[in-house]
Amino acid sequence: MTPPAGAGVAEPKSAARTTPATSVEVDSVTIRFAGDSGDGMQLAGTQFTNTSALFGNDIATFPDFPAEIRAPAGTLAGVSGFQVHFSSREVHTPGDVLDALVVMNPAALKTNLKDLKDGGVLIVNSDAFEDNDLKKAKYTVNPLEDGSLKGYKVVRVPVTKLTRESVKESGLTSPRDQDRCKNFFALGLVYWMFERPLDTTLKWIKDKFGKKPEHLPVLEANTRALKAGYNYGDTVEVMPVHYKVAKAPIEPGTYRKITGNEALALGLVAAAHAAGKTLVYSGYPITPASSVLEQLADMKRHGVKTLQAEDEIAACGVAIGASFGGAIGVTGTSGPGICLKSEAIGLAIMTELPLVILDIQRGGPSTGLPTKTEQADLLQAMFGRNGESPAAILAPQSPADCFDIAYEAVRIATRFMCPVFVLSDGYLANGSEPWKLPDVSKLAKIEITHPTEPNSDGTQFHENGDGTKGKYLPYKRDEYLSRPWAIPGTPGLEHRLGGIEKQDTTGNINYEPANHEHMIHTRWKKIENIAHVIPELAVHGPADAELLLIGWGGTYGSIRAACERAQKQGKKVAWAHLRHLNPMPKNTEAVLKRYKQVLVPELNSGQLCWLLRARYLVPAEGLNKVQGRPFLVSEIEAAIAEKLK
Amino acid sequence: MAATALPTLTAKDLTTDQEVRWCPGCGDYSILAQMKKALSTVGVPKEKMAFVSGIGCSSRFPYYMNTYGFHTIHGRAPTFATGLRLAQPDLQIWLVTGDGDGLSIGGNHLMHVLRRNVDIKILLFNNEIYGLTKGQYSPTSRMGTKTKTSPQGSMEQPARPLTVALAAEATFVARTIDVDVQHLTGILQKAAAHKGTAFVEIYQNCKIFNDGVFEYATDKSVKADNLLYLEHGKPMIFGKDRTKGIRLNGLRPEVVQVGKDCGVDDLLIHDETTEDPTLATLLSRMVGPDFPEVVGVYRSVRKPCYEELLQKAADAEIAKKGKGTMADLFKAEDIWTVS
Repeated sequence: MTPPAGAGVAEPKSAARTTPATSVEVDSVTIRFAGDSGDGMQLAGTQFTNTSALFGNDIATFPDFPAEIRAPAGTLAGVSGFQVHFSSREVHTPGDVLDALVVMNPAALKTNLKDLKDGGVLIVNSDAFEDNDLKKAKYTVNPLEDGSLKGYKVVRVPVTKLTRESVKESGLTSPRDQDRCKNFFALGLVYWMFERPLDTTLKWIKDKFGKKPEHLPVLEANTRALKAGYNYGDTVEVMPVHYKVAKAPIEPGTYRKITGNEALALGLVAAAHAAGKTLVYSGYPITPASSVLEQLADMKRHGVKTLQAEDEIAACGVAIGASFGGAIGVTGTSGPGICLKSEAIGLAIMTELPLVILDIQRGGPSTGLPTKTEQADLLQAMFGRNGESPAAILAPQSPADCFDIAYEAVRIATRFMCPVFVLSDGYLANGSEPWKLPDVSKLAKIEITHPTEPNSDGTQFHENGDGTKGKYLPYKRDEYLSRPWAIPGTPGLEHRLGGIEKQDTTGNINYEPANHEHMIHTRWKKIENIAHVIPELAVHGPADAELLLIGWGGTYGSIRAACERAQKQGKKVAWAHLRHLNPMPKNTEAVLKRYKQVLVPELNSGQLCWLLRARYLVPAEGLNKVQGRPFLVSEIEAAIAEKLK
Repeated sequence: MAATALPTLTAKDLTTDQEVRWCPGCGDYSILAQMKKALSTVGVPKEKMAFVSGIGCSSRFPYYMNTYGFHTIHGRAPTFATGLRLAQPDLQIWLVTGDGDGLSIGGNHLMHVLRRNVDIKILLFNNEIYGLTKGQYSPTSRMGTKTKTSPQGSMEQPARPLTVALAAEATFVARTIDVDVQHLTGILQKAAAHKGTAFVEIYQNCKIFNDGVFEYATDKSVKADNLLYLEHGKPMIFGKDRTKGIRLNGLRPEVVQVGKDCGVDDLLIHDETTEDPTLATLLSRMVGPDFPEVVGVYRSVRKPCYEELLQKAADAEIAKKGKGTMADLFKAEDIWTVS
């Protein structure tokens, strides 16, 4: 075996391996790093992901961290995990069951073991299984000694001891600091196990810790720990085998790894660039949406203005005020924040101003499960306001798709002068996948015009003249019923907007019964007109399929993977995924009515299913899971088998 | 020398075709009239002005000004005005609110817009009552005020708008009175000239639900003894015969007879540019009958606005890394190419 770059430096070695490890070719591996929140598992997982992506695998990741920032060390509540699925084929999910699990303490073992497949590789830091550690994880007997792990390939590694040993000449002296390098030791071992080069991570360590002299011991220690972990695998015969996962056939292009929230931020900024506009983003810190605000706050040179508002309502008000002023106004939050913004969103609907609202959904109701995923805000986005107040709703289907959906949301909001919800979720927000950088010239145009002249010819209400000539009519509508967007500062177009019901065309306050009904219908019809500018719903499956699976949002990967497996087995199943939820694509009804059975997998109690049944009178049935976790592919596969048996 | 002609406006230019719907005798009429008068002199074209409001009687104001206007939702006007400011750096933005809108449902936003010093001129019409909802006590209603929801009299300590504003680091703080038209116009002009958040409390009579609550400050026969008009650089003197003054005794202001208790030199001299808001805060807490209530400009200091600091940060970023383009948007630490 060729040693990886940088792995040849002398390290304390144990007895040399007498027989070379066997190498096994596999096409796909799912591995999870799990440990205490302070063990650096997110970092180890991210590094492993980057290395695998650069190596050429297709990847999907899923972090799982506790809501507590620093739960007591070693407890079950403090366990943090990072899962990576890497493959020589196309992947759509972070993987159902684990082929390999790395656990840094008993608590991590206890909370994660159930996901490891029978016969899977279990790498354990055996130094962390003292009585006290076991007690914190509520083990009464040591699982390493009671035979309960006999169904797995257990690799016991004294990670703590070996890490301390490897870094003792690094300049890091306190055992506490030395122990913080454990994640790199474990990562080095995993790199060996999967024949991954070390150079990406070595470079990362150098970039991160090489800039300040006081950090040099950390650089040295982490470098040594990583290499020591690698060499441990190479020289000690505890690892029976290592695995090769070949490159995936990936479409040529330039790639980066991207999370859903990163993609949302980039999509918004790209849309603002395309429109030649300032992006004003206002948010209030809330999990799992905060990282969008954090990223945009650091993009000022792209014409982005951010404001961390005093509350959720203020954040929405700032975005709407910015839209009134002619900027791209965006606010982002999670479910509880949407509740607070509802009244302001109603104002944007009433005044017909563009607004993009990001809802990174999490488990509800109330505070619910802040760090877990759920798709339970669809009906809130659809109906959660006073009066009849329609808004457009979009949902990204993967982390990378968040870019396209954010861009699309700006396009629709400005074309139709309306609020647009983007329903992402915790799974998409924190999950990542490779993203092919878009060809800038091929992005959809976002053309925005602001009137500079009065738009009344004086015959709006009467062909013989109505006295409005030379005036600006803020609610004079175009072919899609959208209204013009005159912005403050434009001479001669001074006008007033407000939340009180208004006369169509003029915008004057108007309480007449027939006018109100007309306006209610007009606002609905305008949103429905969005269907004219969105693509039709694509269906994937055989022409004679009997069962249709239709989903929305972050369940895309699981639904697609399950259907593709079922189709390979010859099952008569087709699938479709909605990215536009209000309005839905024009052909949605026709698609639904083509199948004998319609199954709607959702991470809620049946919200899309409810909408489809109500709107199209189809006997759709739900496949529902509300556990704060994504679907396993196998769960959907089983449901397909059940329906078609 | 070429002089740039300032735009001149008349009150008529600023009048819309909408029927004004306040109750006859409402103090809002006077404020509307003085606003038009004041704005006709500030040299800003009407398309460069915007009025933003929340909900309440006062919040109908934008419909009657022929400028850009946004009648928003209850209490939240500061947030919309802030967003508008971020989008439009050179608009003159006015925010009209009331005691319920600004200090009750919108108290949180008021505090934060002031602390950020966003360039917005806030007018709080204080009538100490909820008028649009037909007469419930408000956060500024005095203890004992009998209303439909306080039949035994209000049991709550009233909020002091100017004390609140000063505590929130407001950079311009003033008080005036609806019917003191000359003073009102002057204060509006000064607020218009201020860079940063200006906060003006206007005593405003509600003819229907709280008539006469400010009579002590508007009745010509008594008001001189009940009001102290602040003048920058001048001693704090008041009273019908201008014989009373305000002196500081330790940390407490006291009313003194000039010429009897002390000389003019012992009186407080008003300095609206004082950085420290402590003295202004003491003045904001003076209420009758023991003290005159203080009108005029309490504080006017120049501090950076949120939007200025934001622009400065953006300029610095651009100077360092160049203006962001679509192409460099997608760059990241780790990029790889598949061929």
